[in-house]
Amino acid sequence: MIEETKTLERNRRLLMDRSVPGRVGVALPALDVPPQPLPAQEQLRDELVLPEVSEGEVVRYFTGLSQMNFSVDTNFYPLGSCTMKYNPKINDEVAQLPGFSQIHPLQPEETVQGALKLAFQLQGFLSEIVGMEATSLATMAGAQGELAGMLMIRAYHLSHGDKSRRTVLVPDSAHGTNPASAAMCGFQVVSIPSDARGNMDVDALRQACNSETAGLMLTLPNTLGLFDINILEICRAVHEAGGLVYGDGANMNAMLGQTKLGELGFDVLHINLHKTFSTPHGGGGPGAGPVCANSLLAPFLASPVVERATHSDGNKETYRLTEPEHSIGKTAAFHGNFGMMVRAYTYIRGLGAEGLREISENAVINANYILSALKDYYHLPYDRSCMHEVVFSAKTQKAGGVSALDVAKRLIDYGIHPPTMYFPLIVEEALMIEPTETESKETLDYFIRVMKDIALEAIEDAQVLKDAPHNTPNSRLDEARAARRPDLRWKQAEA
Amino acid sequence: MHQGRLSSPYVPNTDGDRKAMLQAIGVESVEALFADIPEGYGRPSLDLPSPLSELELRRELQALSDLNSTPGRVPCFLGGGAYHHYIPAVVNHVISRGELATAYTPYQPEVSQGTLQAIYEFQSLVCQLMGMEVANSGMYDGATALAEAALMACRVTGKGRIAVLDTVSPTYLSVIRTYTEPQGLEIYLTGPDASGVQEDTACVVVQHPNSYGYLEELEALGRIVHEKGALLVVSTDAVFLGMFRPPGESGADIAVAEGQPLGVALSYGGPYVGLFTCKTEFLRQMPGRIVGKTVDTQGRDGYVLTLQTREQHIRRERATSNICTSEALIGTAVVAYLACMGQVGLRHIAELTYHKAHYAASLIGRIPGYSLPIDGTFLQEFVAQCPIAPGEVNRRLLQEGIIGGLDVSDRIPNGLLLCVTEMNTRQEIEFLAEALGRIAQSGK
Repeated sequence: MIEETKTLERNRRLLMDRSVPGRVGVALPALDVPPQPLPAQEQLRDELVLPEVSEGEVVRYFTGLSQMNFSVDTNFYPLGSCTMKYNPKINDEVAQLPGFSQIHPLQPEETVQGALKLAFQLQGFLSEIVGMEATSLATMAGAQGELAGMLMIRAYHLSHGDKSRRTVLVPDSAHGTNPASAAMCGFQVVSIPSDARGNMDVDALRQACNSETAGLMLTLPNTLGLFDINILEICRAVHEAGGLVYGDGANMNAMLGQTKLGELGFDVLHINLHKTFSTPHGGGGPGAGPVCANSLLAPFLASPVVERATHSDGNKETYRLTEPEHSIGKTAAFHGNFGMMVRAYTYIRGLGAEGLREISENAVINANYILSALKDYYHLPYDRSCMHEVVFSAKTQKAGGVSALDVAKRLIDYGIHPPTMYFPLIVEEALMIEPTETESKETLDYFIRVMKDIALEAIEDAQVLKDAPHNTPNSRLDEARAARRPDLRWKQAEA
Repeated sequence: MHQGRLSSPYVPNTDGDRKAMLQAIGVESVEALFADIPEGYGRPSLDLPSPLSELELRRELQALSDLNSTPGRVPCFLGGGAYHHYIPAVVNHVISRGELATAYTPYQPEVSQGTLQAIYEFQSLVCQLMGMEVANSGMYDGATALAEAALMACRVTGKGRIAVLDTVSPTYLSVIRTYTEPQGLEIYLTGPDASGVQEDTACVVVQHPNSYGYLEELEALGRIVHEKGALLVVSTDAVFLGMFRPPGESGADIAVAEGQPLGVALSYGGPYVGLFTCKTEFLRQMPGRIVGKTVDTQGRDGYVLTLQTREQHIRRERATSNICTSEALIGTAVVAYLACMGQVGLRHIAELTYHKAHYAASLIGRIPGYSLPIDGTFLQEFVAQCPIAPGEVNRRLLQEGIIGGLDVSDRIPNGLLLCVTEMNTRQEIEFLAEALGRIAQSGK
């Protein structure tokens, strides 16, 4: 026990507290040109404080940090709406080829034809998968894709001289990024309720649609993990009012080869490469959020996009960066998160059409398997088959004094990452479980067994849930104190 | 020999598993689970190339990457917002660890202390580097960090006009426009004397060093800006801070930088990370994630995401930003890089860069036909005025196997922005100067 505590304490010591003057973590070269006159002293800094540690210490420190994390590589991670699937290692390896990882974003186009060809093909793959006309890879995260998509809708209306469209409709089950992105475009957000079956309330939608409606932001399947059965009617209602439909692609993992959002009536959508297309989440980025648009909105895509040109001799193709005709402009210093594009491209090339279809099928089978095994143990607010994720409510347990949070924290004791909790906001004590297709039946059976045990514990030994987790580097943390007395950086210990 | 397609290595369910699971669910077939999709819209054909095995994937991607020319293998003198610096082996090792790379955003602190502590380190070291009081856990890149800084200045001051110095990078300016104009905010350009700053100006945005590589008069600018009740928003360069006075010592209210030079691969423009710092008084108007130190139920120190009431998942349309990532893994690369370098190492890298860039400038300034039109202090980038169009100079350099500089002739007549870092050898620099000499000769 003493030994274990000491190991933990070693992990917790910050780099600055490990610093010893004179140590360095990498051997640096000497100057190989004649020294040049230095600038005036007042332009130089007097003091720079950074940690001085040896190379071995750096490696041991970060290895220690990594061991305090749950991750997809080490744990089942059924975190709803996040699609924590296995991230294939070949994707990471090829992204690190020097021809991809070491090229400068401003190189002449003739020196980066391989990169441009890859991006061009990926644009085409994504457009095909979602049934859209064109794709821009320039946006660096899902939320930025939303921002770009809503800016495109805004620009479209303005280009038609329509300045009255100031409101954006967002279902009450939406991700927080949806209203936040709409607000960043200057739109007013109007919330649309859901019906008793977990679909959008179409009557309420119709009443909300008018000549001020710029568009609707909709996740499909929705954040309850349900395919909205009125989707065609919803898109029609918005279009009839002169609005456009934005698709939040967060849940695309259920849709691959099952249906195309572009054909259902969506005008523009983003895709999270870090969810559906398996690029690692990185502990909160980097991700990538390409935007796909139909022919109405394609001219407004973020800049740049890659286009193919066939030369006059007819047999040599070249690729170049270009700005769409009515582009909303640039959303990044350069061309987007290229490293993520290489990984997603590799993933799609490895799977092909049938491989992608199998992903959605198995993601949906796995979620429904959990749904049917646990619905007698946890309240199921919408009793119908789900897509890639299932939302339970711990309200039965709550009545006995145990919250969704307690259930989730107890899962940690069994080596399982908590599901998403308290989201969507319309489900009381929500537990949102997304197993993904990369988990085996054995893992799901283990999870089901654990969830049943926890349901029993909630009745027989609630305290063990409230004290959970028991074996992590920290027990539950005081978040109120963190916010009340912000301690946001290392400071020199007082002598 | 197995015939036909082998099953995917990423999907463990066998036909037998699927059958058993469908039976447990109580449906005949998987199609039944997709019955909510409207008729006629289900199972569309997907026109995608046939799948490849891992062996074939490696071959295909290698072939694509071989079509690109890699700086280092060919001499390259491009900067313009992304910089070729040495990355210690440790950095890639650290961020390749699956426990860090395949974790999610640390909303569950008990199982995310590794990521959280790494972010706290990031915030600490970024503050120290920038000489600023508080940092968030990272933005998408340097350009979006600057755009968000301008938005934040408008929130803080309650004013709606943003002055941008005319030496700010046109790319950064266009990202600022994308982010701010839809909210009805007004952008206008101003000269280095900030003469256009009025009482209704929220902030003055300055790049230091500017987009030509040269230092601005930050202190003087800050005085003018503050007199008018506006904020000074500074975008700086990360390696520059190893040697030069940081924005926090020169009056910056909000300071941002591109984190890429600190151990992040060029990777054709991303993923990078934006460094974002400000004065403590503006903390609650910051965009993005912030990690704070606290204690657990047993009194032990630990870290959590904090001040989340600013963020989209709580505040929705009233959030300070829609951002919901912090480029955490890239931030971790920055921490690993700074740990390897230490204060002595980073200063050394900055000085190597400084001397090499000035050596290059001194050679090029002496070539007949070339001149250095801007007189000022720089670290790694400078503008050379060419005897012929810079686009043509770059084309001829490429014929000699050199990737030249950035053509800025739209802003400076015949201007070529050249960048030299510690990665450029003396031979490369002299080869560039010789080639430029030949081009001047033959161009006459």
